[in-house]
Amino acid sequence: MPTKLLLNNEHIPGINTLQVYRNNGGYASVEKALKQMTPEAIVEEVKISGLRGRGGAGFPTGMKWSFLAKPAGVPRYLVCNADESEPGTFKDRYLMEKIPHLLVEGMITSSYALGCNTAYIYIRGEYFYVSRILENAIAEAYAAGYLGSNILGTGYNLNLYVQVGGGAYICGEETALLESLEGKRGNPRIKPPFPAIAGLYGCPTVVNNVETIAAVVPIVNNGGEAYSKIGIGKSTGTKLISASGHINKPGVYEIELGIPVEEFIYSDSYCGGIRNGKQLKAVVAGGSSVPVLPTELILKTAAGQPRLMSYESLSEGGFQTGTMLGSGGFIVMDEDTSIVKNLYTFTRFYHHESCGQCSPCREGTGWMEKIMHKILDGHGTLKDVDLLWDIQSKIEGKTICPLGEAAAWPVAAAIRHFRHEFEAYVMQPSSIKDVKHYYRLNNIEPIPA
Amino acid sequence: MPKVTIDGFSIDVPEGTTILQASRILATEGKMPDAHVPPAMCYYTKLKTSGGYCRTCIVKVSKGSEKDPRPMPKPVPSCRQTVMDGMEVQNLTAPDLLEARAGVVEFLLINHPLDCPICDQAGECHLQDLSYENGNAGTRYEFARRTFDMIDIGDKIKLHMNRCILCYRCVKTAEQITDGRVHGVISRGDHAEISTYIEQAIDNDFSGNVIDVCPVGALTDRTFRFKSRVWFTKPMDAHRKCDKCCGKTAVWLSGNDVLRVTARKDKFGEVEDWICNECRYDKKQIGDWTIEGPRKIERHSVISQNHYESLRQLKVDISNQKKLLEVAHVADIKQN
Ligand SMILES: Cc1cc2nc3c(=O)[nH]c(=O)nc-3n(C[C@H](O)[C@H](O)[C@H](O)COP(=O)(O)O)c2cc1C
Ligand code: SF4
Ligand code: FES
Repeated sequence: MPTKLLLNNEHIPGINTLQVYRNNGGYASVEKALKQMTPEAIVEEVKISGLRGRGGAGFPTGMKWSFLAKPAGVPRYLVCNADESEPGTFKDRYLMEKIPHLLVEGMITSSYALGCNTAYIYIRGEYFYVSRILENAIAEAYAAGYLGSNILGTGYNLNLYVQVGGGAYICGEETALLESLEGKRGNPRIKPPFPAIAGLYGCPTVVNNVETIAAVVPIVNNGGEAYSKIGIGKSTGTKLISASGHINKPGVYEIELGIPVEEFIYSDSYCGGIRNGKQLKAVVAGGSSVPVLPTELILKTAAGQPRLMSYESLSEGGFQTGTMLGSGGFIVMDEDTSIVKNLYTFTRFYHHESCGQCSPCREGTGWMEKIMHKILDGHGTLKDVDLLWDIQSKIEGKTICPLGEAAAWPVAAAIRHFRHEFEAYVMQPSSIKDVKHYYRLNNIEPIPA
Repeated sequence: MPKVTIDGFSIDVPEGTTILQASRILATEGKMPDAHVPPAMCYYTKLKTSGGYCRTCIVKVSKGSEKDPRPMPKPVPSCRQTVMDGMEVQNLTAPDLLEARAGVVEFLLINHPLDCPICDQAGECHLQDLSYENGNAGTRYEFARRTFDMIDIGDKIKLHMNRCILCYRCVKTAEQITDGRVHGVISRGDHAEISTYIEQAIDNDFSGNVIDVCPVGALTDRTFRFKSRVWFTKPMDAHRKCDKCCGKTAVWLSGNDVLRVTARKDKFGEVEDWICNECRYDKKQIGDWTIEGPRKIERHSVISQNHYESLRQLKVDISNQKKLLEVAHVADIKQN
């Protein structure tokens, strides 16, 4: 039985209520942290655990926490990033919907560790119903004395708020999120300063993903040492993977980091293989921003080693032959999938979501989408493929926030690994007769001339 | 004081100076040819939090500092990156950086209407300069350019959003020097546009300065619109007693007619002092002004092809010429 730390109680009826949650060991970490541990000791446990940010970048959480500036007389904030808008990623929603108290508990324990008396959960607008679930859970926690003033009689005060966003992908970028939380336009800030020094309302702030904060609960309960024994190498603990695409059993799976990709795709405990008996063609392993890999490179590294579900193994080979674990949005494509069409969808998304502050991303994302549209329409040429390559290289690394890179990488990877498909597309436009049908199916409006 | 080297020219600057500021100091002090100063389309010294948006000022940091000599992995915006002791920066000397900058220029131009022949800014437009100096001759963009409707911001300012490069300077001007912010950005991505709260069209004493900070022809002076090409007018330093602003301006003459009044700008295109709307719009008689003499326009744009430079400036400095030749050589590399 694989270890589960977050979703172990997901099937217990009523686990979304405080009563049932507590009967199953819930809120133990709050009791333990507030009554038996100092904030520094918790930060230390998180460091020992090796927990890495689950929002995409994989930055060590303990280290991030220890960077938090602590000037006297200035409030500090913990902000939970529940904006989850990366195409292919839906794990945070699953967790908040099923076990909302796990996030609330993690917020309390983490806030205590960071010395925050106010904390926020910023949730994307489309998850409106989930925000209701969270608000109910928070109300229950207030009533039970886990939130508010003098929590459990320890003298620690914490207020926790849910803020619903307007439904913009860019508001998942941590500084855009903070701007939005302050009630402004969700534009990423130019760094430095980093949030750890000047974040929300100019005060030191930690921004963490939902899953990262939830993982603090088992770390405090069982100790960082125990957590670090799960997983492989520097990829410790468990990870929620949002599996989607042409598989028999799409859904959210909690895996121990380090299981082979092949096992994840084909085992009945996870995705259950490719549906309709088809062959695997390609996988986007960590949400739409990370490079797509063809079958031979996703199952094995270029060196012939089995590829594992871990930060290190997935990125082995750099972008030439590797990819990233990212946010764990695992999109599987079977042999019938057109990479060209898939890429069009991605370019369309990033064009739509660019905030428009910096020139390369604002202009480049729209340009790439238009070229992809032209190719899909059957008017593309070989030159367009080269142009796409050139445009993505001129966006990458020249932007304010990583959305520019997130828009460039999928284009680069699709051309790097599937150039032949683009060439076929531009040389035999007849192969795309179904374009109109594709538009109707996906409710895409043709771009105005 | 940290020492920074830009394209081989070194200078000690105070802690917290940005690479762009350091290179401007080098150029102002005559220690480096102007051409080595990175172009800046969105940064504006007088406006807090400006810069970082347009990415034209990117440079390559080939050595981070004395302590940590590793090069920086990506090009950095020189208007935001502060110097460290021992930092080495490459601008014109790095062909890959010039290529990256040409990319940025191309992005800025793909949706720009290129309507210079009918644009009042032509001749003193930073985007013109930028594309002449850093861009490519042709365009690879073949789709329809995005368009917006023109908007009158009050009765004195025209907003021609098609030409805007979203440098955010006017937004910050409205925020920081006029009272009551009525300027902002709406919409997202390449549909983003500068907007005012129309019913409250900018109406206060310093609003006209948004015209001067605009690097392109997006915000123009309606009292001057289509009156003359700038290169047919004579810029003169002038002043008057004004109780609202410093009263020191540049008036642009045709014969004895004052065609327009602007703030005085330095060679990097930044105003020396903000001026009020009264001076800008209402004092259009030559008798309103005490004329000090011809204004030197030190910029490299079309307008400097005119004859207003003082003779002092035309004096040839041999050492500078030599450096400039090297620059020309780099430009050759870029073209090949
Ligand atoms: C365009 C963009 C979108 C992002 N969206 C999310 C998101 O939806 N959820 C999230 O947790 N992190 C997102 N991130 C990453 C955050 O900026 C930040 O790194 C993360 O919240 C840090 O939390 P962690 O250390 O727990 O991973 C996004 C980043 C970018 C550049
Ligand atoms: S990279 Fe894109 S999303 Fe990020 S700040 Fe620049 S324009 Fe906005
Ligand atoms: S001037 Fe530095 S980014 Fe625009």
